[in-house]
Amino acid sequence: MSAEPVRREPPGPLTDVPGPSMLGGGRRRALELLWIIAVTDFKKTYFGTALGYLWALAKPLLLFGVLLLVFTQIFRIGSDVPDYPVLLLFNIVLFGFFQEATNAAVGSVVAQEAVVRKTQFPRLVIPLSVILTTLFTLGLNLTVVFVFVLAWGVTPTWTWLLFPVLLGLLVALTTGISLLLSALYPRLRDLGIIWSVLATVLFYGTPVLYPLEIVPQGLRDVIALNPLTPLFTLARRWIIDPSSPTLGDLGMGGWRLAVAAAIGVGVCALGLWVFRREASRIAEQL
Amino acid sequence: MRWPDTLPRAVTTPTAEQPVDAPVVIEVRDLHKSFRVPEHRVDSLMERLARPLTRADYRTLDTLRGISFDVRQGEFFGIVGRNGSGKSSLLKILASIYRADGGRVRVAGRMAPFIELGVGFNPELTGRQNIELNGVLMGLTRRETLARTDAVLDFAELRGFDELKLKNYSSGMLVRLAFAVMVQAEADIMLVDEVLAVGDAAFARRCMDVFRERRASGTTIVLVTHDMATVQQLCHRAMLLEEGEIRQIGDPAEVALAYNSLQFAQEVPGAGPGGERIVAVNHAHLVRAQLRGQGGQEIRTVPVGQPIRLDAVFQAVAELSAGGMRVQIRPESGLPIGVFDLEVPHRVGAGERLSVQGSIANPLAPGHYVLDCFIRADRGADTWAMQHFRLLDFEVTGAPGDSMLRLEHDLSLLRDEKSAR
Repeated sequence: MSAEPVRREPPGPLTDVPGPSMLGGGRRRALELLWIIAVTDFKKTYFGTALGYLWALAKPLLLFGVLLLVFTQIFRIGSDVPDYPVLLLFNIVLFGFFQEATNAAVGSVVAQEAVVRKTQFPRLVIPLSVILTTLFTLGLNLTVVFVFVLAWGVTPTWTWLLFPVLLGLLVALTTGISLLLSALYPRLRDLGIIWSVLATVLFYGTPVLYPLEIVPQGLRDVIALNPLTPLFTLARRWIIDPSSPTLGDLGMGGWRLAVAAAIGVGVCALGLWVFRREASRIAEQL
Repeated sequence: MRWPDTLPRAVTTPTAEQPVDAPVVIEVRDLHKSFRVPEHRVDSLMERLARPLTRADYRTLDTLRGISFDVRQGEFFGIVGRNGSGKSSLLKILASIYRADGGRVRVAGRMAPFIELGVGFNPELTGRQNIELNGVLMGLTRRETLARTDAVLDFAELRGFDELKLKNYSSGMLVRLAFAVMVQAEADIMLVDEVLAVGDAAFARRCMDVFRERRASGTTIVLVTHDMATVQQLCHRAMLLEEGEIRQIGDPAEVALAYNSLQFAQEVPGAGPGGERIVAVNHAHLVRAQLRGQGGQEIRTVPVGQPIRLDAVFQAVAELSAGGMRVQIRPESGLPIGVFDLEVPHRVGAGERLSVQGSIANPLAPGHYVLDCFIRADRGADTWAMQHFRLLDFEVTGAPGDSMLRLEHDLSLLRDEKSAR
């Protein structure tokens, strides 16, 4: 064999192999992967097809059109609500983010089976990249929605500046639920179906299609338990209609927002905890 | 003398200097891993709710049972074993894909696992985008990856295809790109699992060349493989796993032999002309195997047309009697081109030497060839005791021709006088 001089830099000290984990391979690498994957997925979805982004917008717009017809021409609830069309559009886009991100995240780890089983891929990046991609879409959609809102004649107020707080809470809640579902899905494969049904129930159990004040008191108390309820109620008041009822008017009190925030953070922490626990074994369960 | 129709593809060559005093870069101590295999898998929430009290029955599969070994810097370390022996699980624990149940694994330096080619490739993205994605996946920074993209494309010979989506690549192009990406990820320790099993012969050779080059430059390589030829050609040391335990560790030739014994100890129906059993044995050590030039000096390449002068010496470990030797020349893959059966003269006792001398006419086209040799002994009517050596790898040099062989002929082209007008 060859007798060439051999490069021998002294190796570093022996360190324990980290084992599979959420952020396997370090935080920096995980962040880079997260960004690259989210951006490429986003581009692939919206710039890969001929009509590109229009398709992304077509879905909420079609839903919006149908619901607008149903609730202003058939049920007539919407006719009594000020600015109902923009409110509906705004709500659909916001809830659409929550629903799409969680539904896509459930099976995401299983869908990336090869990567999980054959590389030291930071497992956490998989559901997070799904959420980030959906978040990009939400950004684009919200831009269109705000154009609509302004065109409709809504005057911007200083409360618009508070919107990021609501958005942050929504993202936290979405992330927590996504982590929880994606970590447990490899072991409980019916979670996908269960969650899609639950998400539909949540869609009707959140003031998306209707304003909370027209709901009978008894049912309203139930809907108020949903952490998404104060988010959507406040979003309406802060963005679309400053004269709409406050949380207090609806018998919830401002502390409801704090509760929603606490639930958001709590679910996020729980999701992370479960994901961390499952991450080390997830490759074996696929 | 009769020979089996298909000879076992196991080989033996002396291996090179081993980095004995180099620092340890992989240290494995008392490693345990078991998998719980459910007898009846409960994998839905509904089932779990329907029978909350039934505990799922598990069967525990002990894949690794207390394994300890060291790999030193610059070593080429082979891990062999039959299917289910635990070698892939071991590699996955080293690569931080599985978590160990017990014991300790420590490493020094940056490690790059190559468990399968092309993992993480996205068919919807272009070659260039995939290189970037995969580079980061292998632990490079984005900047490093971008700086290497052109080198990767050159290595894969895919310049001009970089903006093509991967789904439009041929499978050969895909394999080349995957290997190029892998090779470009500079790591102190490479963990490789049977990557060579894909691709055509030319690709496999390319892989071997790269491994040789990395080996020469001092990269530590851990290779899981079934191919004993690779083990003996490249490995400094090897380890045989069987049922989650280390059966043998050390000299690759010995390990390959032990592996072959495990493999061939089972019935191999139809392996011999009359359905005889082939048993791998250790008849002899190879003392030396060389090619000689006209002046008797050792050469590694043979010019086109020059005879191949072989000088090989074996030392018998056990008595060789009623046996024979077959020497063959073959390309890296495919059937032998030439086969030469030699009788073992008289009786060669244990410790005595046996040498093969002489020359072979060389009609070979320029290219890479392998010289193998089998030593066999009869062990009763239905058993072949066989030992396989990969003696030499050599190149025939010269301008590439149009044919595989340059056969002598006296064909000539004549004008038929009678038909002349």
